[in-house]
Amino acid sequence: MNRRARDRWIYRAVWLGCFLPIPLLTWWFYNDELGANPAKEGLHYLGEWGLRFLALGLAITPLRKLPGCGWLLRFRRTIGLFAVSYIALHLIVYVALDQGFDWAEIWRDIVKRPYITFGMLAFLLLLPLAATSTNAMIRRLGARRWRSLHKLVYVIAPLGVLHYDLLVKKDASWPHFYAVVIAFLLGYRVVDAIRVRMARRTRASFQQPRLVQ
Amino acid sequence: MLIRRPHDIKPSEITDRKLYINRRTLIASAGFAAGAAAVGLPVQPREARAAPLASVPSPLSTAEAPTPKNKITTYNNFYEFGTDKGDPAENAGSLKTSPWSVAVEGECAKPATYTLEDIMKGETLEDRVYRHRCVEAWSMVIPWVGFPLANLLKRVEPTGNAKYVAFETLYDPKQMPGQRSSDLTWPYMEGLRMDEAMHPLTLLAVGLYGETLPNQDGAPIRLVVPWKYGFKGIKSIVKIRFQAEQPKTAWNIAAPGEYGFYSNVNPNRDHPRWTQKKERRIDGNSRLGTMIETAMFNGYGDQVASLYSGMDLQKDF
Repeated sequence: MNRRARDRWIYRAVWLGCFLPIPLLTWWFYNDELGANPAKEGLHYLGEWGLRFLALGLAITPLRKLPGCGWLLRFRRTIGLFAVSYIALHLIVYVALDQGFDWAEIWRDIVKRPYITFGMLAFLLLLPLAATSTNAMIRRLGARRWRSLHKLVYVIAPLGVLHYDLLVKKDASWPHFYAVVIAFLLGYRVVDAIRVRMARRTRASFQQPRLVQ
Repeated sequence: MLIRRPHDIKPSEITDRKLYINRRTLIASAGFAAGAAAVGLPVQPREARAAPLASVPSPLSTAEAPTPKNKITTYNNFYEFGTDKGDPAENAGSLKTSPWSVAVEGECAKPATYTLEDIMKGETLEDRVYRHRCVEAWSMVIPWVGFPLANLLKRVEPTGNAKYVAFETLYDPKQMPGQRSSDLTWPYMEGLRMDEAMHPLTLLAVGLYGETLPNQDGAPIRLVVPWKYGFKGIKSIVKIRFQAEQPKTAWNIAAPGEYGFYSNVNPNRDHPRWTQKKERRIDGNSRLGTMIETAMFNGYGDQVASLYSGMDLQKDF
């Protein structure tokens, strides 16, 4: 098998892996294995997968810097788009099954209940990222602007965790788990940015004599 | 002359069909368990097996179709056995419900520790099919078997100082592993005002669908107050105390802004985090259940609204 064919197979396997929660959910639903309240179960399931994919997407940047892991970057877009898709499905289940298309009540929810406000805000902020995910859009925006736009995910992921944490009645151990993971992934970036800046400054001080020359 | 010979078998000696059927399944399953153990198969841990209960119908029952039993017994909030809805069905086998006794304390003439048999002695068990509305906006229709709490309270003769009744669940982290976490203050505590406790709708349930309660539904004896949110119906009760002050309640301690002492079902007062205007009725009609409007006092307003006349139910929620 040549390299391109192998890459294609790896890509298909990753895509299938990311998609797997959907046939699983469908299977469980048809076999009545989602418990007495499948609407709530499905709602939470989709939301949690959305959050997992957000965290996974954020993990790729640090992980790809490990030796031999550069290839991971190729999957960042796929994972990001799966995150958006799961969160969109989560929202659809909320609107259709949880609220029964009661738009007035949904609006009240958005305005009155902070966890819904944060969740909805996170989804809205994800839309421009999904819309600019194509190669053509990256070219049109320019890599620099594209990159700063996509830093929105640093806001979106914590909003997602907050949305989850505010919703649970008691026993917030899972939301706290995701909070720690995402704090770690964002904290890494802060440390990395400081390191880069310090390195640049050191380099600049070396260059100074040449400048006054 | 015709001499009537007495019947060989007295009616009292005839075993009730339900009982002998149950006995047969018990013997059969015992045989199976022994056989399974002999060939080294894992044997399910012994659980209290559901036993049939003799009961009479009640005019206080709703005519609505009951939620299927498997849903009532697998979708539970019973944090003593875990916080997921499926946890209690999975973990409650560790609860030992026999022997069981309930301590009656405080402002009454006959404080004592009563065995479950003492408590049930002389009580006619009734089938009470009640609507059950959880504070989380789902609901069921549950065919309880039990007797009015008032019957027990009258028997122990509350004094004039008894303004409230406080209840406690068993505290034993060995049997109730969820009590090792600090999700709630343990033991679980609930309470009612005296007039609420004495109301004919207020039930001490010992059964479900004609049989003794499954552990996950609050065996062996639990409270059912159908016009209040489900968490007021304290499970696996070991203590009943008469007192002059309003009792502390577990969910109120955990989140005072979200769960009040009264916790009457009220579509006009939203939970801070979700609406209480509607509910998902978990039923046998469809897998997803049915969205319905929530009724004031869970539809029991005709019987109970007078208990709260003159009160501001937005404030006393």
